[in-house]
Amino acid sequence: MKKLWIPLLLALAGMAMAQTVTIGLTVSKTGKYNVESVNQLNGIKLWQKWINDQGGIPVGDKRYKVELKFYDDESKAERVQQLYSRLISQDKVDFLISPYSSGLTAKAAVISEQYGKIMVATGAASDSIFELGYENVYQIYTPASRYLTATLDMIKAADANLKKIAIVYEDSKFAKAVASAAKDYAKEIGFDVALFEGYPPSTTDFGPIINKIKASGAEALVGGGHYADGATFARQLYEQQAPLKMIALLVAPASDEFAQLGEAALGVAAPSQWEPLVKYTPDCGVTPEQFVEMYKEAYGKVPAYRAAGGFAAGLVLQRAIMDAGSLDSAKVRAALDNMDLTIFFGKIKFSTDPASHGLQLGHDMVQIQWQMKDNQLSKEIVWPLDAKTSDLIYPIR
Amino acid sequence: MTEIIASILDGLLIGLVYGLASIGLTLIFGVMDVVNLAHGAVISLGMFSLYLLFGAGLHPYLALVPVAVIGFFLGILIYQIAVRRILDGPPLMTLLATFAVSMIIVGIGTAVWSTSPYNVNFKVQTLNILGYTVTSARLIAALAAVLVTFMLYYFLYRTTLGKAVRAVSNNREAAELMGIPSQQILAISFGIGTALAMLSGALIATLFPFTILSGSIYELKSFVASVLGGLGNPTGALFGGVILGLIEGSVAPFIAISWTNVIEFVIFVLILLFFPTGLLGGRK
Repeated sequence: MKKLWIPLLLALAGMAMAQTVTIGLTVSKTGKYNVESVNQLNGIKLWQKWINDQGGIPVGDKRYKVELKFYDDESKAERVQQLYSRLISQDKVDFLISPYSSGLTAKAAVISEQYGKIMVATGAASDSIFELGYENVYQIYTPASRYLTATLDMIKAADANLKKIAIVYEDSKFAKAVASAAKDYAKEIGFDVALFEGYPPSTTDFGPIINKIKASGAEALVGGGHYADGATFARQLYEQQAPLKMIALLVAPASDEFAQLGEAALGVAAPSQWEPLVKYTPDCGVTPEQFVEMYKEAYGKVPAYRAAGGFAAGLVLQRAIMDAGSLDSAKVRAALDNMDLTIFFGKIKFSTDPASHGLQLGHDMVQIQWQMKDNQLSKEIVWPLDAKTSDLIYPIR
Repeated sequence: MTEIIASILDGLLIGLVYGLASIGLTLIFGVMDVVNLAHGAVISLGMFSLYLLFGAGLHPYLALVPVAVIGFFLGILIYQIAVRRILDGPPLMTLLATFAVSMIIVGIGTAVWSTSPYNVNFKVQTLNILGYTVTSARLIAALAAVLVTFMLYYFLYRTTLGKAVRAVSNNREAAELMGIPSQQILAISFGIGTALAMLSGALIATLFPFTILSGSIYELKSFVASVLGGLGNPTGALFGGVILGLIEGSVAPFIAISWTNVIEFVIFVLILLFFPTGLLGGRK
């Protein structure tokens, strides 16, 4: 009798297994991307809970519960490649979500492509990953080439007489790509790029660079890189009284922790992938307000854009699986290629041009600026004008 | 021209702080031949100690005193637990032991504070001299570095305990024969070295935001400054730090900032070619 139970249990277990879809990823639980990456994971986990609470992803007449499989990549590229190979070959995951950052995602993309596994890339804005002819990688974020273009438009609209700008960026894959694209666009719209220079990611003393900015006669500065360098840069720009009418830095000012800088934060602007106050009317999934509420309930704080990007990655994958009506990679890939929709994160549409396959075409940036509201530093949306929560302060000093 | 002078002055000021950081490293090496790989982690701890004391309401410069005291006792603790028993073993043992201490500190630090940047946000005065802006924090950090170095010298050359440290450094067995309790002296030396590292970390925290990983940058600079000035020689370490700061400051106006490290290390190798024991010679 005992012997009869075993195959029965195994069969039941097998049926239960068949009802799940496994998504693999790595998370930088340690190392330099720890904050951003864990935020992103929080968003992904929230999506998992949200969809599982509804019984899972509906595929035909079945519902697939979402299972997440993730490892700590220690913010290291070599770990990413090992772990993504392991996720695919040993853990047999069905789909992949990228690690945080363009650098790590580029490494993971090589593996996902080798194995033909679909990977939704979030927290990665570099264009170059999508110029390699990959067929399985899809980008959620606005790509680097369009990251600062709206910022430059905003400066132009605020002061038509401003000519000289400085572009100073972190020597990282992402910031370099953003800065190069910004340089071309700045020239195109009539700015004179008085200084175009990179700094090493480990820079803590920005004194020499600030002296160069002063000497160049630039009236506005755009650039930066990630959080640590951006926060340091902003503080020293303030302390050394750099005579700039506008400062817009990547990533750092978009985080709530930036308020720690006190007065040095005032007036500093940043492009942001998403803000809790955005007003998008989604075609499916949650509204921005619902997402913010769910996130606050789960984690006790307002989500930053990385968390929203994480949730969005899950949502896009879910939608593609639903549209495909199958977990088959080829069908899901076709669904992603045809996708053109608005979710709480904004518009989502991928390039199907073989030269830039998977590049995000639909999503747009919003611009934020730190302003003083009721004697407290507050992050306000200042651009585009139809989405603003406050007027742009210009000049800032 | 103002830009060039400003960069060189900035380099000089920050170089003095690099110098202080490397004195801690070189002192420990000089006295007990231990390459302290926990140096960077301890610098980070100095940064966070200042942050916590500042958060508790202490003025950042007043907080330097308790930071140094904490550093001293932490150093003795590290010495007693991780270094003392293996001091006479192969050099690799102490290297690995201090590396383990570093991993423990960084691991706990990451768990407690994550790798997010923290900032000691206090009002900084700026002085404007002919278009050159210098912050009071930079000036005070540089002056504090010089002052602490003088105090260390007074201690090493004018006090009995300091003389005992030098004696143990020169010849431990002979010092023991003269009745100097070498184990206590070694523990005190490790304590002072760690206190100096924490102090330099605290001074850096008054200048720049920092993360638990920031110490590693200054650890590397400390190694370079120590070797540049002559390993085991505290004056040399301060001098090495200043040279490092000056190189950073003076090359910046002429080349892209990304190249600074390359130039820095090329000059470093060139100096060692001509002065194999460092500019001021080795252990003194």
